[in-house]
Amino acid sequence: MTDAVYSNTGVRSQMTRIALRWLLYILLFAFALFYLAPLFVMVTTSLKSLEEIRTGDLIALPRDVTFDAWRTAWASACTGIQCEGVRPYFWNSVLIAVPAVMISTLVGAINGYVVAQWRFPGANIFFALMLFGCFIPFQVVLLPMARMLGLMGIAGTIPGLIFVHVIYGLGFTTLFFRNYYVTIPAELTKAAKVDGAGFFRIFWSIFLPLSLPIIVVTVIWQFTQIWNDFLFGVSFSQAGTQPITVALNNIVNSTTGVKEYNVDMAAAIIAGLPTLLVYVVAGKYFIRGLTAGSVKG
Amino acid sequence: MSVKFLEDHLPKLMLAPSFIAMLIFVYGFIGWTAWVSLTRSRLLPKYELDGIIQYERLFASLRWDTAFSNLFIFGGLFIVIAMILGLILAIFLDQNIRSEGAIRTIYLYPMALSMIVTGTAWKWILNPGLGLEAMVRGWGFENFTFDWLVNPDMAIYTVVLAAIWQSSGFVMALFLAGLRSVDGEIIKAAQIDGIPNWRIYSAIIIPSMAPIFLSAFIVLAHLAIKSFDLVIALTGGGPGFSTDLPATYMFAMAFSRGDIGQAASSAMVMMGVVFAIVVPYLYSELRVKND
Repeated sequence: MTDAVYSNTGVRSQMTRIALRWLLYILLFAFALFYLAPLFVMVTTSLKSLEEIRTGDLIALPRDVTFDAWRTAWASACTGIQCEGVRPYFWNSVLIAVPAVMISTLVGAINGYVVAQWRFPGANIFFALMLFGCFIPFQVVLLPMARMLGLMGIAGTIPGLIFVHVIYGLGFTTLFFRNYYVTIPAELTKAAKVDGAGFFRIFWSIFLPLSLPIIVVTVIWQFTQIWNDFLFGVSFSQAGTQPITVALNNIVNSTTGVKEYNVDMAAAIIAGLPTLLVYVVAGKYFIRGLTAGSVKG
Repeated sequence: MSVKFLEDHLPKLMLAPSFIAMLIFVYGFIGWTAWVSLTRSRLLPKYELDGIIQYERLFASLRWDTAFSNLFIFGGLFIVIAMILGLILAIFLDQNIRSEGAIRTIYLYPMALSMIVTGTAWKWILNPGLGLEAMVRGWGFENFTFDWLVNPDMAIYTVVLAAIWQSSGFVMALFLAGLRSVDGEIIKAAQIDGIPNWRIYSAIIIPSMAPIFLSAFIVLAHLAIKSFDLVIALTGGGPGFSTDLPATYMFAMAFSRGDIGQAASSAMVMMGVVFAIVVPYLYSELRVKND
């Protein structure tokens, strides 16, 4: 009798456990749909004809898959008066991002190395000042920077944008490398110094070989930041030197002719593809950068 | 002698260019903006100080009024909802979920996208003519309305929605890392004592994650204040000025209205808000480190 009661409640709690488990998976699945839906809509919309977009359903699969919108977005969509698609702006973004990422990572590595391993009076103050620089709203530097770029003769140019991205990327790259190098025992540097190795020798043959993970994290972080930047791009570029985010916004808001939603979506996917690819390939490092960038000094 | 000098000071010399750049381009520029915000600059900067007239103009401006209160509506909702959602998702994913890695990847990918891309996508989805509203109407619900994007009273909430879509996965990742770092022994002991799961979370795990709540808050607040791209791409600040934020107000004054004084003073107010949030945080972080 008592046995039966026990096993009965046992079965019941077993059942609630299974039911809860199902509920959990259903909720997780629903959230996955929430995050994926915009991407799904973007892709399907970009593969539809305008006719089908007007008559069809937002989430319906395309009846006739066409890549016309992609061709237009890449090579002939209008960003204001120019109609060359996003292609030239895509390459602008590459030309801006690649040198800016390389320079800011290299300088950040050396800064981090000095702050973490060659402590001198004031190193902490330097680091605190640098760290605070990561957090300023960039609006506060837009006006003087616009004038400064003018004085330097690089206003509205790609080198000008590279310069801006390097300057305001240094806070984060220094932070990343400093936090990484701080975990390497100072005895290592001391021993190398006793052996007669100098500043660069120690950096080159001891620290750099240990740095691959943090280099990957920093490069991914900087690339994502710079590729996705809009504020500096729209403030400091001119027709012909705009990065892809600015071009995309111009295409979407261009008022000439019929609104081509499929072209907008194709252009948006093209603009998002490089960072998305980085995320898929190296997601682990991407997340590490995000969390390192957000926590701890 | 000079070689010795060079050797001794090489580390400092290597740091010098960054140090000088930072002094000029961060602190010098903040100083410049602060100075100009106290002048009568319009199209061109003037340097004669003239008191707080720009700030008086700013807080007398209806457009700024909207932008500034939007910052708190948008920021408040965005931070609170993203944190709650992130925490819930993290707890869900902490239950020995099969294919957790894949689900995490899906939740987090929007963070890799530019806010311009996010804004473009949501602008299309939320447009009443062909987007969500048209779709539901097409299913037979003829009176269904979802016109937030073009409704001045509701448009700011579309910005909240898109921002949450973009960032909540990131909060989830932060919290998940936090949940995993809680001492397993304590949890096991509590389980043996027969304490129900929800009590373990609410009484043991979550309270021990206070520092992570703080960093998540800082990051989200920082994102909210900087949100510029998302508004530009999604609503362009409209309808009217109903979704203006301080960031878009500043930009409009600086680059389309030619009102440098207003641009500078609004930038300084943004700076003040960031300062109020970040400085106590950085101070406590650095102090803990040095102890």
